[in-house]
Amino acid sequence: MDTSRSPLEATGFSRKLAATIIIVYMVVTLIPITWMVATSFKSVDSAISYPPEVFFEPSLEGYVNLFTNRSRQPKDYLDSLPPPDTWYEELVRSREMVITGPSKFLPRYSNSLIIGFGATFFSVFLGSLAAYALSRFKVPLKDDLLFFILSTRMFPPIAVAVPIFIMYRKLGLGDTHVGMIILYTVVNLSLSVWLLKGFMDEIPREYEEAAMIDGYSRMQAFFKVVLPQATTGIAATAIFCMIFSWNEYAFAVLLTQFNAQTAPPFIPTIIGEGGLDWPAIGAGTTLFLIPVMIFTVVLRKHLLRGITFGAVRK
Amino acid sequence: MKSAVKKFKGLSDKAIAWIFIAPTLILLLAINIYPLIYAIRMSFTNFYANKIGREVKFVGLKNYKKILGKEEIWEKMQITAHFVCWTLVLQALIGLGLALLLNKKFKGNELLTTLIVLPMMLSPAVVGVFWTYLYNPQVGLFNYVVNFFYDFGIFDMIGSSTLAPWSIVIVDTWMWTPFTMLICLAGLRSIPNYLYEAAEVDRASKWQQFIHITLPSVLPFLLLALLFRGIENFKMFDLVAELTSGGPGSATELASINLKREAFEKWKTGYSSAFAVILFVTIFGFGNVYVKVMNKIKER
Repeated sequence: MDTSRSPLEATGFSRKLAATIIIVYMVVTLIPITWMVATSFKSVDSAISYPPEVFFEPSLEGYVNLFTNRSRQPKDYLDSLPPPDTWYEELVRSREMVITGPSKFLPRYSNSLIIGFGATFFSVFLGSLAAYALSRFKVPLKDDLLFFILSTRMFPPIAVAVPIFIMYRKLGLGDTHVGMIILYTVVNLSLSVWLLKGFMDEIPREYEEAAMIDGYSRMQAFFKVVLPQATTGIAATAIFCMIFSWNEYAFAVLLTQFNAQTAPPFIPTIIGEGGLDWPAIGAGTTLFLIPVMIFTVVLRKHLLRGITFGAVRK
Repeated sequence: MKSAVKKFKGLSDKAIAWIFIAPTLILLLAINIYPLIYAIRMSFTNFYANKIGREVKFVGLKNYKKILGKEEIWEKMQITAHFVCWTLVLQALIGLGLALLLNKKFKGNELLTTLIVLPMMLSPAVVGVFWTYLYNPQVGLFNYVVNFFYDFGIFDMIGSSTLAPWSIVIVDTWMWTPFTMLICLAGLRSIPNYLYEAAEVDRASKWQQFIHITLPSVLPFLLLALLFRGIENFKMFDLVAELTSGGPGSATELASINLKREAFEKWKTGYSSAFAVILFVTIFGFGNVYVKVMNKIKER
């Protein structure tokens, strides 16, 4: 960053050594992820060969298997069929199988998207209202209130899952998108209030006060002056909420089954013949992880703040 | 000031404050506090959520006595403690080490940090699934690499009851070390340069500088990171549920995994609610004591 070197800064050698160790760690720590992505491009046979194949002939079998349901057929039946129309049908035929229909992956993935975006929108919207009030106004018992909001994160999800399960059953919210959106909104609220309060504390009060002197009401000043000023903070908070909803597993596995199930409880259930279908699981994992990796790169400046609920701001 | 604000048009500040906070508060009360109170109430009954017609009886402290007197529960607590302690120790050491290295500013520093951080942003459940592949005794990459360095022959990280508790420690450490690293790095970057310059003038050795300046400044940050990780790992469910699902037998059955089995497989709602309350109180208690100690250290 800065080129001026004080005598205290690391010498060339120790700096090089540090860089080497860090690069080695980075390579080792990324091997599992790289391996899973590589597996998604293997054939089923190649994925279970030993020693593990580092160089292999790429195949899209995993992705085809991820998106389709297939059934094995006798050879004479396959011969009686008209020739396959598409490359993926051909690939499945070459394994002596036919495609019987689309798999559940796409609906599960879109559930993750719908619930993720829904919950993110509401938790950021409600969170920014509460954060603004807590940042600007005298609220009785403010510190207790903030601690209470944070403490809701300490509940083990399983501990509240039973009552929520019963409550949702009574209200007809079990296994519905609305139910899951409400639930994830609430779980994310603590994060969004804490983060957004930090961001709003950093916006000078003078901005709104100037706007109010110009004839804006407090509400107008909030929507037209404060919110636009807080855009970066709101975007960072939104991405954190999205990542949480996207990754959440405990509530999803306990409260959803057929209709509103998201991808995390679904991916482990992808089963091929004779056990788990590793290339298909690799493919599902890869498609599921790509958005999060992109988000992480986008967020890198705010990561620290997000993971500590704003406790460490740098 | 107050009278000046009153002159502006629109709702009063007090009204807006309540309108803004109310939705959040109501939602938290309805979806967090109400279920918690409900769980506490159920913990004093013999309720079974799958037997709807059955009469629900108040049984007093029976569930609590049963849990605290049960040897099996203490086993689960030990398994949880093993997991929490080892992950905290490893993540503190490796995380702090990496932070110290990253703090020596070199080219590509920021890019490397972002790449190292990736594992902790992934879905724990999905991470659990793909590690079962890496740990596969016949074809797993992990086993291959270990055998490459020292030939153990075939071993099963997940299937063996002595290795399984370590298998979850390894994956959690792989995933969450960047968390301690990031927070420690923030601590290191907050140390003002003049402290070192003054030490240099006083001819303090590098080691003395590390012990007397670096460590005390990073410690509060490290402790904060460990608080977050401790709470998270005490409630650990998703990663382990998909990696070992508590097995083999109950070798990795952490408190939350056991709770899930009692509540959603055996449907002992009353009993499991009591266990949930005990866990919550434990986390809350430990958390509060820890924060007090942490603040004491910070004041020094």
